Amino acid sequence: MNRPAALWLALGWGGFALLPWYGVEDGFWSLAWLFDYPAGADAAPALLQILLFGRWWLAPMVLPLAAPLLVLRRPRTDPLFSRVLLAAGAVGAVFFLGQGFLIGIGGWEYATLEGLFGPLGDRQFGMGYGALSVAAAFLFLFAQGLAARGAINGDGFVVGSIALVIALVAAFIFFPVVRILASAFQDNDYNFVPYLFVEKLFSHDIWGVGCLTANVNCGIAWNSLLMAILVAASTTVLGLAFALLATRTGFRAKRLLRLLSVLPIITPPFVIGLAIILLFGASGTVTQAIETITGTTPGRYIYGLPGIWLAQTLAFTPIAFLVLIGVVEGVSPSMEEASQTLRAGNWRTFTTVSLPLMRPGLANAFLVGFIESLADFGNPLVLGGNFDVLSTSIFFAIVGAQNDQGRAAVLAIILLAFTLTAFWAQHRWLGHKSYATVTGKGDAGLHVPLPRRVVWLAYGSALPWAGLTAVIYCMIMFGGFVELWGRDHSLTLRHYMDAFSITTGTGGLVWSGAAWNSFWTTIYISLISAPLTAAVGLLTAYLLIRQKFAGQQAFEFGTMLSFAIPGTVIGVGYILAFNVPPIELTGTGIILVICFIFRNMPVGVRAGIAAMTQIDKSLDEASLTLGASSFATVRKVVLPLLRPAVIAALVFSFVRAMTAISAVIFLVSANYDMATSYIIGRVENGDYGLSIAYSSVLIVVMVVVILLIQLVVGERRIGRREDMNVAFGAGGAVG
Amino acid sequence: MNIEGQAAAVRFDGVSKHYGAVVAVDRISFEVQAGDLVTLLGPSGCGKTTTLRLIAGLEMPTSGSVFIGGDDVSRLPASARDVSMVFQSYALFPHMTVFENVSYGLSVSGITKAEIRDRAEDGLKLVGLSGYGERLPSELSGGQQQRVAVARALVLEPTVLLFDEPLSNLDAKLRRQVREEIRELQQSLALTTVYVTHDQEEALAVSDRIIVMRNAEIAQEGAPTELYEAPRDLFVADFIGDANVLDAEMLSRDGGHATIRVGGGMELRLPHRELPVGPVKIAVRPEAVILETSKDESGFTGTVLKSTYVGSHVEYTLDTGLGEIFVADYRFDAPVPAGSRVRIAFRERGVTLLEKQT
Ligand SMILES: Nc1ncnc2c1ncn2[C@@H]1O[C@H](COP(=O)(O)OP(=O)(O)OP(=O)(O)O)[C@@H](O)[C@H]1O
Ligand SMILES: [Mg+2]
Repeated sequence: MNRPAALWLALGWGGFALLPWYGVEDGFWSLAWLFDYPAGADAAPALLQILLFGRWWLAPMVLPLAAPLLVLRRPRTDPLFSRVLLAAGAVGAVFFLGQGFLIGIGGWEYATLEGLFGPLGDRQFGMGYGALSVAAAFLFLFAQGLAARGAINGDGFVVGSIALVIALVAAFIFFPVVRILASAFQDNDYNFVPYLFVEKLFSHDIWGVGCLTANVNCGIAWNSLLMAILVAASTTVLGLAFALLATRTGFRAKRLLRLLSVLPIITPPFVIGLAIILLFGASGTVTQAIETITGTTPGRYIYGLPGIWLAQTLAFTPIAFLVLIGVVEGVSPSMEEASQTLRAGNWRTFTTVSLPLMRPGLANAFLVGFIESLADFGNPLVLGGNFDVLSTSIFFAIVGAQNDQGRAAVLAIILLAFTLTAFWAQHRWLGHKSYATVTGKGDAGLHVPLPRRVVWLAYGSALPWAGLTAVIYCMIMFGGFVELWGRDHSLTLRHYMDAFSITTGTGGLVWSGAAWNSFWTTIYISLISAPLTAAVGLLTAYLLIRQKFAGQQAFEFGTMLSFAIPGTVIGVGYILAFNVPPIELTGTGIILVICFIFRNMPVGVRAGIAAMTQIDKSLDEASLTLGASSFATVRKVVLPLLRPAVIAALVFSFVRAMTAISAVIFLVSANYDMATSYIIGRVENGDYGLSIAYSSVLIVVMVVVILLIQLVVGERRIGRREDMNVAFGAGGAVG
Repeated sequence: MNIEGQAAAVRFDGVSKHYGAVVAVDRISFEVQAGDLVTLLGPSGCGKTTTLRLIAGLEMPTSGSVFIGGDDVSRLPASARDVSMVFQSYALFPHMTVFENVSYGLSVSGITKAEIRDRAEDGLKLVGLSGYGERLPSELSGGQQQRVAVARALVLEPTVLLFDEPLSNLDAKLRRQVREEIRELQQSLALTTVYVTHDQEEALAVSDRIIVMRNAEIAQEGAPTELYEAPRDLFVADFIGDANVLDAEMLSRDGGHATIRVGGGMELRLPHRELPVGPVKIAVRPEAVILETSKDESGFTGTVLKSTYVGSHVEYTLDTGLGEIFVADYRFDAPVPAGSRVRIAFRERGVTLLEKQT
């Protein structure tokens, strides 16, 4: 008997005949549904749904579930075996999707079907674990069929993995994006109204240029673009200054620079904005100083463009630094020496040789800054004032008084178009070209000293900036110990008590602090999603690097796409896609976990690709020819050698889950509130003390967890170790 | 316990492998008899590795069928085939000890711990590495790593053992030694083995049979002596040993032989290889050319263009009426200086008719 096929088939039948087909109230794992099982309409498996409740549209799936039973005993080389499995998988998937999407909450989705079958007298519900198992069974039966035909060297595990990743990406990246596109053409009652789309797309408040002539706000799109260009320019310049400082000068505290570059990774982006308010806000330290010196009240000057610019530059300069340090180091000394022997001085060498060689790297840093700025949500929300940008406008279109899904969708499309264009440009120009001049030949030369002017420029811009960053982080760490910033500077633990107090009540300890709820949810969700993200990411990297299959390029594009999709867009997409049956996930913790997995997956993919290209492929092949299945090969050979990448992926997905805000803020619910969205809420209420206290606790927790993960996963035995910073550098991502 | 290969044959039936537009293996058919060591020999890029990987199951044929032990395994993945492979880079798992490496294949096939231990130790003993089990591969010399790789493949008692240029990472001296070890082991265990190399000397030394490949096809197949003494065409003649190709004429055929006339009236008796009477081409091994420095200018003559003393023999380049001829003289008394006139004769054992005239 064919073991894998039999197991998937068993899963399919289990899902069809045993598990509740629809999602059950209180969640599956509460097991409350057992009281109602199996004959209750909520908890009944598909088989009983058909027999007892007349849900005949589930019945056709019996056929593709039954057919493979007939061929299970045949050898897998038998053409009939593969043909039946392929057919069962494909037909099953069609029936499955059919019953899911042709029936909506109001019965038949399409009038023609109503005419054909008569009114349904029933509606769609969110699908549950039964449905999930059956879907998985169809998917993997199909994959087994393909493998039996010899696809991907007849490897069931690999074909199954490819199918799984494709299905997941389709469901959780493409489907939401498509829903956005669709709802851009719909009004709030899901009617198809194309002219609304045109109207919204060209609306004055998006594209208006009134600010050029009169004293009104320009369109949101222009605001976003202007902001992105300013931020990209400033982060690139500062990043270059830091990179030159770190590699080309005798600057002493280089390690400190490295540390500085890791900080933003463990800092929720809006926390910088928060610290800026404490410095420059209406009652900020600097503002008050200006007041006492000049005697005038500067007011809310920081809100709007200046504040966001400052905050984003502070937040994203380290990313530019990480991009550029490799570029600066990559410029081959021999080129510069060649230039010098041709009688060019330091200044000429720098401007005519070094800088042009860095140009592609600079362009890359610029684009990264551009994308980051466009996608950033937290800082504009905290500091925006009247200066509206796309990411925040999307949010307010959905949650605000407007509640206009169509508008949110249109804004999301514009934002997505911007970031995808930048992403595309980045790949087009720089994607696969190696712009470093490291030749593989031992380059023994010495870098030519930088011209004095450049050295002073680098020091002059980098050091004050480093100072500002240090001040900002001091604010974050100690701002929480001050009674009321700007008014009453007496030291207090009040904010920490408010957030994290524990009292002893009747039933033992009571977590009475206001932050505990969101804190534990955040830890819990992040801890669940980190290993899943790492698994999906590394699996994808394995498929990309170690396997060859048709459509690999498209596969790669699809899996990296979520990198280019701003969080707010994903948030809107998830709301639109998963708020209604058949996949009804809003309000659960699952949707948060899924969101994290697919937003952060590219990080795992990159870490995995970087590590796996360094491991000789013949190791895998040796394992295969020694009789190990590819699953065993991955477990025993690939994974142990990938330990640094595993750590990097785990740390990254954990940290990014803890610090994420843009998509999360759409998806949190009363039961599952996350720390970041809780803090943002407090910030909007002006409760800075508690916000900053909570933020500092988050940062400390992340540092501790990172160290713990390092300790648990341990080091690779053969001793070689990759530079963690390299892995971190790979993670420059969209907020 | 004794490690014994359960010998069985490999058969290729019109197998092709395409990588997109690249044809790496083009409709080749051959058989490997049980217990034989067969070498795939050919220039770089001719498809040797690909052929080996097709046997291992690391590639699936684009068309045609692969049989191992009589069963069609064309669609079976590598892990389901009873084949082990020794890689050019050895591919020892760097995070496992020598013992763990050798027992890897056994441990994934669900054998008891005690038996795994016994068989792995046997394997290590066989390659002369008992006592090295606890080391990491990085703590071994190149030759030792090589032997671990062999032991790892051997302990599974595979139907077929595959080697992809197993010696190319070793220095010249070690190469000779390890190659003899491999051959001894293979013969004593009667292992069916397919061996890839592009070194013709290595191929001649270890093989029962050799398959010479060219441009994704099989150029000629046969025992080492057969290939050396009766190459079918210029490519094979030139690839296995050197050869001078000369125009000649077949005067007559009788029985298995033909009378061939080469320039200057020299006549030779060679197996006719089913060729018709008329113009033919012959291949002459450099060491089959005999030079005489007599004053007699009759017969086939030439001028020495270049004369190089290389220790064991002297190499000459001659200018003759039939073009340049390359000569290796192992029985010289004193090297003939350049510029001398010489009379040329051929030793018949080193001359063969080429079946294909190109
Ligand atoms: N994965 C691949 N994709 C595309 N072409 C390939 C691939 N593998 C091999 N080829 C091509 O197939 C042909 C045969 O390759 P193969 O590796 O079998 O050569 P080889 O005889 O082993 O050469 P060498 O002696 O250099 O190892 C070559 O032209 C090679 O470029
Ligand atoms: Mg090769």
